[in-house]
Amino acid sequence: MSRYLVDKFLYTVDRDPELVARYRVDPRGTVEWWERERANRVLNLHSGEATTWLGFSDEEREALATHDYVRLFELGAHHFLTLTLFIALFEHDYEEPLGFQREYARRLSHVRLPYPDIST
Amino acid sequence: MADVCAIIASTHHPFYYRASTSTGADRPDFADVWVAKIEAFRETLTRAEPDVLVMVGSDHFHQLWLDNMPQFLVGKAPVFDANYYNEEREFGLPRMRVSGQEELAAYILRQGLDEGFDLAFSNELRIDHSITCALITLRPQVDLPIVPVYTNIFAPPMPQPKRFVELGAALRRIVEQWPSNQRVAIIGTGHLSLELGGPRQFGPHGPDPDFDQKAIQWIANADIDGALAEVSLESLWLPGNATHGFMDFLLMMGVVGQGVRADYVDNLDLFHTMEAYFTWYPRRGEA
Repeated sequence: MSRYLVDKFLYTVDRDPELVARYRVDPRGTVEWWERERANRVLNLHSGEATTWLGFSDEEREALATHDYVRLFELGAHHFLTLTLFIALFEHDYEEPLGFQREYARRLSHVRLPYPDIST
Repeated sequence: MADVCAIIASTHHPFYYRASTSTGADRPDFADVWVAKIEAFRETLTRAEPDVLVMVGSDHFHQLWLDNMPQFLVGKAPVFDANYYNEEREFGLPRMRVSGQEELAAYILRQGLDEGFDLAFSNELRIDHSITCALITLRPQVDLPIVPVYTNIFAPPMPQPKRFVELGAALRRIVEQWPSNQRVAIIGTGHLSLELGGPRQFGPHGPDPDFDQKAIQWIANADIDGALAEVSLESLWLPGNATHGFMDFLLMMGVVGQGVRADYVDNLDLFHTMEAYFTWYPRRGEA
């Protein structure tokens, strides 16, 4: 389990319009590229000072590669990061304002308190 | 010494800008009443005639990240750019540029450290909607310099609620000791019950209306003791997974002081959250 790395993926994609577009149309390819090229990049440092050890678990990689925000919630991905990125991906597929946000809530309706731990 | 001319606490709904500027069929049915409430609230700051704004808010994983997360951070820069691509994308928020008050920022950092708060600082802070929404609602002309104070209400482990109160009280003392004749308004924004990215999000009301009613009373009466008796880091998960933003209201109650009732209180029930607005005039009643 690398909850931190899942959050880092959501964070770095959400803040970059090119990555948001790429992740929408090619989620699996984007996740594989990101894990290979970006996962170990220390923010604000050049690539020669990358870390050497960060990687997704198989379950995390699959959840990201299938846009499975329900599973990401269950795995403890940070709720705010997941929501904002997936709004960017899917909000425009819904005609009604907040339609996606309500669908998101409905798909998580089986979840009960306490919610999964989000600490990293 | 500087004069704290107003203390203001409010929610920071990022939909306000779009709702208030939309027209025709795009204008939501709640926009007019929301605008009227905001304009009345804005008058409470205008009346105080501030020279500088100390603004407390929470970064929403924009510039502060889990690789190096501060608990409390003061922005010290001559200018702050504001709002991010994903806020423009999601809320239609405009890019903004706000002047900084570096002298007061430096004073808060020095005195805050000496009071026992290990404050982080940033010379390159870009501010987000927890602060810009307060500017849009309370000071849309954006003509006053600010000192941003960011808190961590999002990334466990977070400071205890009591620590937010203590920082608020220290901030009040420090601003009042600032050797300046300027009038300072201290403005902070937080959340009542709020769910984001969970099953209780975007319902007809906030996820916990009972918490909201209690919280409004705590804040309006600056009932710090009452709030701390019921609120903990653990309990704040229950009214909604983003309700830890209430700790920024606790910070503002610390600025106000135990038991001082707000001079202005208003709220608005808006589908998935409760908006709430509070103003104190510390000098009221003085000749």
